[in-house]
Amino acid sequence: MKKVTCYLLSILLLLSLVGSIFGCTSSGTVEPLQPKPRLKVATTTSLYDTGLWGYLEPMFEKQYNVELDILYAGTGIALEFGRRGDVDVITVHDKAAEEKFVADGYGIERVPFAYNYFLVVGPAADPAGIKDLKPEEAFKKLMTTAKEKFISRGDNSGTHSKEKTIWKNAGFDYEIVRKSSAWYVEAGQGMGPTLLMASEKGAYTLTDMGTYLSYKSKLELVPIVDHGGTLLNVYSVIAVNPAKVPGVKIDEANNLITFLTSPEIQNLIGDYGVKEYGLQLFTPSTGAEPKQ
Amino acid sequence: MTEIWQGLIKAIQLIVSLDPEVMEIAGRSLIISVASCLLASVFCLPLGGLIHFQRFPGKRTLISLIQTFYSIPTVVVGLLVFVLLSRAGPLGGLNLLYTPAAMIFGQMVLVVPILLGLTVSALSSVDKAIPDTARSLGASSLQIAVVVLKEARFAVMAAIILAFGRAISEVGLALMVGGNIRGFTRVMTTAISLETAKGDLELSLALGIILILIALIINIILNRIQQR
Repeated sequence: MKKVTCYLLSILLLLSLVGSIFGCTSSGTVEPLQPKPRLKVATTTSLYDTGLWGYLEPMFEKQYNVELDILYAGTGIALEFGRRGDVDVITVHDKAAEEKFVADGYGIERVPFAYNYFLVVGPAADPAGIKDLKPEEAFKKLMTTAKEKFISRGDNSGTHSKEKTIWKNAGFDYEIVRKSSAWYVEAGQGMGPTLLMASEKGAYTLTDMGTYLSYKSKLELVPIVDHGGTLLNVYSVIAVNPAKVPGVKIDEANNLITFLTSPEIQNLIGDYGVKEYGLQLFTPSTGAEPKQ
Repeated sequence: MTEIWQGLIKAIQLIVSLDPEVMEIAGRSLIISVASCLLASVFCLPLGGLIHFQRFPGKRTLISLIQTFYSIPTVVVGLLVFVLLSRAGPLGGLNLLYTPAAMIFGQMVLVVPILLGLTVSALSSVDKAIPDTARSLGASSLQIAVVVLKEARFAVMAAIILAFGRAISEVGLALMVGGNIRGFTRVMTTAISLETAKGDLELSLALGIILILIALIINIILNRIQQR
C-alpha cells in the first residue's frame, strides 16, 4: 500500500513539476495575481491560418504590455462572441454583417485595415471548365451543367457570406443551392481545413488569397477564377461597444486598433509573407475603405 | 507512407529534444487535468461516502442517474459551462470564459459522475462482514466509515485515475470553454486538432505520442493497484 501511494504521489508530483516549469503561462489559475491585463480578440480564421496574427501578437504584447488572447472562428461566430461580450475586439471580413453589428450598437466603428481578393480554386485539369469566367458565371455553370464537387465553408464565415453573395448575384436562391445534391459539400470548418478537404477530394472552393497562398504547398489546387468586382475581401477591426456590452476593455481594444492602423504595422502587414510566397497576402488599407 | 514515417521521426525528435512548445502544451494539459481531478476528488469522495452510508428514498435512482452521466458527451458539458460562464450568462461576471480556470471547472463537471459513482461502487464492494465486525466491536458510525474507506482505498484510487484519463483526453470541452489560445489555454488535444487542420502533422504526432504514453502510465498504475 505504502509503495503504491509513494509511486502515485511521486508521479503526480513529477507531472505537476514538469508542468510548472514549462506551463508557467497557464498559471492564470495557479496564481490569482495577474500583472498584465488580458485583451481578448476574436479573429476570422483566415487572419489566423495565414499566421498573420501569430506574427503581430508578440509585437502588440510588447508595445502595450498586455496579454493578447486570440480566438479564431468564422466571422459569424466572431461577431457572436462580440455580442455576448466574450471578447473585447474583433477582426473580421464581412462588410454587411459588420455594418449590422455596428448599427445594432454592439460595435463602435468599423475600421478597415487590410484587403485582398477572394478566388475560386480547383484542380488544375478544371473538369467543370470554368477557368477565367466571371465568378457569377462560374457558379452558374457549376450549378446548372458541371455539377463538379464544390466545398463550401458552411460556417457563416465572411468567406461563406461572400459565397452566398455570389450565388445571389448569379440568380440562385442559396437555400436551393445548398440542398441541390451531392456535388455541393458543406465543410463547416475554417478556411485552411476546407482547402485541405477540397484538395483531397479534387473539388472547387472559394478562398481568400492569404490562406490559399500560405497553404499552397500542401494543396493540389490552382487558381481558377481570380478576377471580378465581387471578389474584393476587406478585413476590418471593430471594438465592442462597452455602452451596449458591459465589461469590455475599451482602452486596450482601442490600442489594438491604433496598432493595426499605425504606418509601421501597416507596412509589416503589406510585407507579410511576400518573401515566403512571392506574392502579397494582404494589402494595407490604412483605416479606409479600399476602392473596388 | 513516407509522410507518416517522416512525421513520426520528427515527432520523436520534438519529444526527445524537449521542444519548448511541446513541453509547454503537455505541461499545461497535465496541470489542468490533475487540478480538475484533485479538486473534484476533494468533494466527490466524501459525498460518495455519504451516499453509500446514508439511507434515503431515491438512493438507487440517484446512483443510476450518476452512472448515466459517466458517458455524458464532453461537448454537452462544454456547452453547459459555456452558457454559464459567458459574459451574458449567470456566472459571466467572473470573467472566466477562455481561461484555464474555465477548463478546470469544465473538467470537474465532466469527472464528477465518474468519481461519485465509482466511489459508491468501491465502497459497496467492501465485504459486508467488515462493517458488521467493526460494529460488533463497538465502533461508532464514523469509525465504521473510516474502516470501510480504508478497505476500498485501491478502488477509489483507480476511480481518480480513470477520471484523470477522461479529463486529459477530452477535446470538445477544452476547445469550447478554453478557446485554444496559444500560450494560455492550448492543451494537447486542442493543439492536435488545430495542427492537423493546419496540415502540420509533426507537432500533432508528437503530442499524440505523449498522450498515449500518459495513457500507458495510467494503465500500468491501474494494473498495479488492481493486483493488490
